[in-house]
Parts: sequence; C-alpha cells; structure tokens
Amino acid sequence: MSHVIGLKCRECGAEYPANIQNTCYECFGPLEVNYDWEYIREHISKEKIEKGPNSIWRYADLLPVEGTDYVDLGAGFNKLHHAKNLGKVLGLKELYILDESVNPTNSFKDRVTSVAVTKAREFGATAIGCASTGNLASAVAAHGAKAGLPAYIFIPSSIELGKITQMSAYDPNIIAVEGTYDDANRLASEVADMHPDWAFVNITVRPYYTEGSKTLAFETAEQLGWEAPDHFVAPLASGALLCSIKRGYDELAKLGLIESKDIKVSGSQPLGCSPISCAVREDKEVIPIRELNTIAHSLAIGNPADGYYAKNVILDSGGYAASPTDEEIIDAIFLLARTEGIFTEPAGGTTVAGLKKLVEEGRIDPDERTVVYVTGNGLKAQDTLIKHIKIPQAIKPTFGEFEKQYEQLVVAQ
Amino acid sequence: MVKVRFSSALNSVTGTRETIVELGDTTVKSVFGELVNKFGAEFEKRIFENGEVRRFVNVYVNGDDIRHLDGLDTPVTDSDEISILPAVSGG
Repeated sequence: MSHVIGLKCRECGAEYPANIQNTCYECFGPLEVNYDWEYIREHISKEKIEKGPNSIWRYADLLPVEGTDYVDLGAGFNKLHHAKNLGKVLGLKELYILDESVNPTNSFKDRVTSVAVTKAREFGATAIGCASTGNLASAVAAHGAKAGLPAYIFIPSSIELGKITQMSAYDPNIIAVEGTYDDANRLASEVADMHPDWAFVNITVRPYYTEGSKTLAFETAEQLGWEAPDHFVAPLASGALLCSIKRGYDELAKLGLIESKDIKVSGSQPLGCSPISCAVREDKEVIPIRELNTIAHSLAIGNPADGYYAKNVILDSGGYAASPTDEEIIDAIFLLARTEGIFTEPAGGTTVAGLKKLVEEGRIDPDERTVVYVTGNGLKAQDTLIKHIKIPQAIKPTFGEFEKQYEQLVVAQ
Repeated sequence: MVKVRFSSALNSVTGTRETIVELGDTTVKSVFGELVNKFGAEFEKRIFENGEVRRFVNVYVNGDDIRHLDGLDTPVTDSDEISILPAVSGG
C-alpha cells in the first residue's frame, strides 16, 4: 500500500501510473499527483509530524515519494519571522515572513528539488536536469552532486554572475542559451523529451517537483500553532509556487490538521514581466510576453505554464496582484534588510514591494494575519545590488578620523 | 520542405517523432491541415479545441512561439522547423 496512486490530468482527469511523465496523452493537460487520501488520513498526525526531522521530510506523508532514502541537504523547516518592524512601517498588525534565503543553496528551490531528485532516483533516472533562471540551477546541481547523478542545467546566458558562480561550484553540465528563460526552457523541454531516462525536475518530473512547495504552507501553519493565515503573498514566475502553497493549506484543512478557512491569496510580479499580475488586475486571459525587462531575473518567465491556474486561485480567493517597478523592488530589498535583518534578492524584493503596494491599495486589511514568502538570498544578486549601495570611503586608522566620520554619520541620520 | 517535430506525448497518434511536410511557402494552419490529413482526427483533437490551439500546447516555428508571431497565420517557408511541445515551464 502506498499513499500515492499515480498521476492524474488536471484538465480531463485521465489517470496514469506514477512515472516520468508531465503531460496527459489524451488532452495535453498538465498532470498532478493523485493521492490516496484515506490512506494518508489513517497515517498522518500532528504528533508524528512534530517528531519528524527538521526539514521538509517531516511532511513526507504529504509528499509523493516512497520509502525514506531521501536526497536531502536539509531543505526547509525555516524560521517564520514575526515581522513586527516591517509590519509597523506598513501598518500591518500581524505580519510574518517565511525566510527561504537560508535553505542549503539559499532559495526555496531546494524544497522542490529535494523531492524531484529523490523521485528521479526512485525511478532509476540516469541524469537530472532543469531549465532555470539561476536558483533552481544551484539547487539541482547541489542535489545532483549529493545523489551522484550528472546534472544538465539550461540557463539564459544573461542571469546574474553570482548565480553562475554558485552553480558552477557543484560542477554540473551548464548550457547557457542565448535569449530568455523561455528559450532555454523550450530547448530543455526538447532535450528532456529525447531522453526519457533523464529526469528534468521542472519539466518531466514536474508533477512531483511542485509538490515540494506545499511544505511552505505546512511549515507556516505548524509555526502558527496549526493555524492558517488570513492572507498570504507569494512571488509569481510560472505561477506554480503560489498554487502549491494554496494547495498545501487546502490539504491540511482537508485532513483536519488546521481549521478550514478562506485564505486570501495574492501575488507579485515585476512590472517588466508581469503576465499573471496583469491578467489578475485586468481580469483577462494570461497573455505570454516575449520581451522581459526586469532586474528580478528569477521571476522573468514570459510564458508562465501555471499562469492560468494562478490567476484563478488569486481571484477565487478574493486576493489580488501587484506589479512593482524595478526601483520599488530595490527599495523593498533594503526596507526588508533594515527593518527585519533579512537580505533578499530581487525576487524577494518583488514580493515585499508587492505587499507594500497591496496594503496601500487597500487590498490587504491591516487586521489580517498576513504571511509573506521571501524566496531567495540577496548574496546571489550582488552584481545587481552593488549599483545601489554607497561604498564606504576608507579612513586612516586614527581616533580623530573616526570622530570626523562619526559626525558625518550622525548628520546623515 | 518543412520539418515537424512532435512531443513524445503525441507518440500514440503520430507513431513518429518527426515528419516532413511538402507544401512550399505556406502557413502554420496549412501545415496542421496536412498533419490532420496524415494522422487523423485523434491528432486534431489533441492539438485543437474550438479551432484554436489548446492552452497547454505550444507550437514553435524555428524556436519562436507562434503566440508571439501571427498564431496559425504565421508564415512558414521551406526549410523551417516546427516543434509541438506541451507548455511546461519554471518554478
């Protein structure tokens, strides 16, 4: 007996055995994991979870893997910060931040990758791969190293040098593609399709991969004393993360681990690449865009595969979406750092900037218990951020020089 | 001579991963007309819904998504390559 029945088409409901497959052969719709909820209900409890490891694997009963031979670098179970300082600045009474910058490769992508690579090894895949804007690349390269599997990483050549440096350290096969993420992704999809024994984490084993993001909801609820927030804000790229977090809360409620309630779901996408936010704000179809112009490289996906679903989740929940400018994103990075001591990359800045705009627009009530997902680390985007900081001028190592500078610092404040 | 590459998800109806269409200079729509003649109603059902390319089907001409070009009216010239892939991307 297993808690996983197989795969199921999200569009037409056709069922398939658990395998390396992402597309319905009947209607081309995306597949999702089909669980045996009766089995899970009999085996899961808060006590069992609380005794589990301090990682995503404490929620293994709700993840699509068999056994316990995880490819695990320790992703997850990160601190949910009660962000009182930022809350005060924004006028929110109860604001929380789940800080994903502290994962093993410094983004939330370690969660999804740990699940996908564990599944890849379970399927006997001979290699792993991904299309990535940088964060997933490092997660896949690191977990590939841990699993002893070769990794093929397709990236747009224009991403941050910090991300290329990090992923290179794990020694994967990097294919830097001219063009945007969407170009790299198309090529990776074709390569993945020609190599059925390789597991491309966000392409061919995508149904399992996206399950890893549910743990963001599980951890939030557990740290809130097994309660859901009233509202959460997540970044939007393909839209998969936001949908997975919502699904995570829904599953906890379905199993009676939290009380069922209506959670408002809001998203944020940089103005220079905001097909989902635009669709939400104008209540129209998600229209793919070709020209991407934003410093938030990790959110720069012009053709979001889960955009359609993300838009519906947001609007059905009564949430909304924001599209901050690059300037607002940079400001939000520094606002978060100086109020809460969390240093995030432009994707996290987009989410915080989006939060700010949604509060200003009256889309988030000050009394709502609001959770924000900050998904990546600022150290990865230093080449972008260094243009926005003041490099300190060196002084002679004398007390007099210090006093002079101290006076200037006091005046500046 | 237009080369068309199929996703493995279409294997059950096409039985091949690649085919050649000989139409000279034409449009994506005409190429699909030819493919429907060749592979039948099942092929058409998987790609189209109410005359439009399904939401989860991506069609590329030389790597460019036809949604960014002229859709089904996108011109196709001899030696172009068309790929039909499921829409999956990102995180």
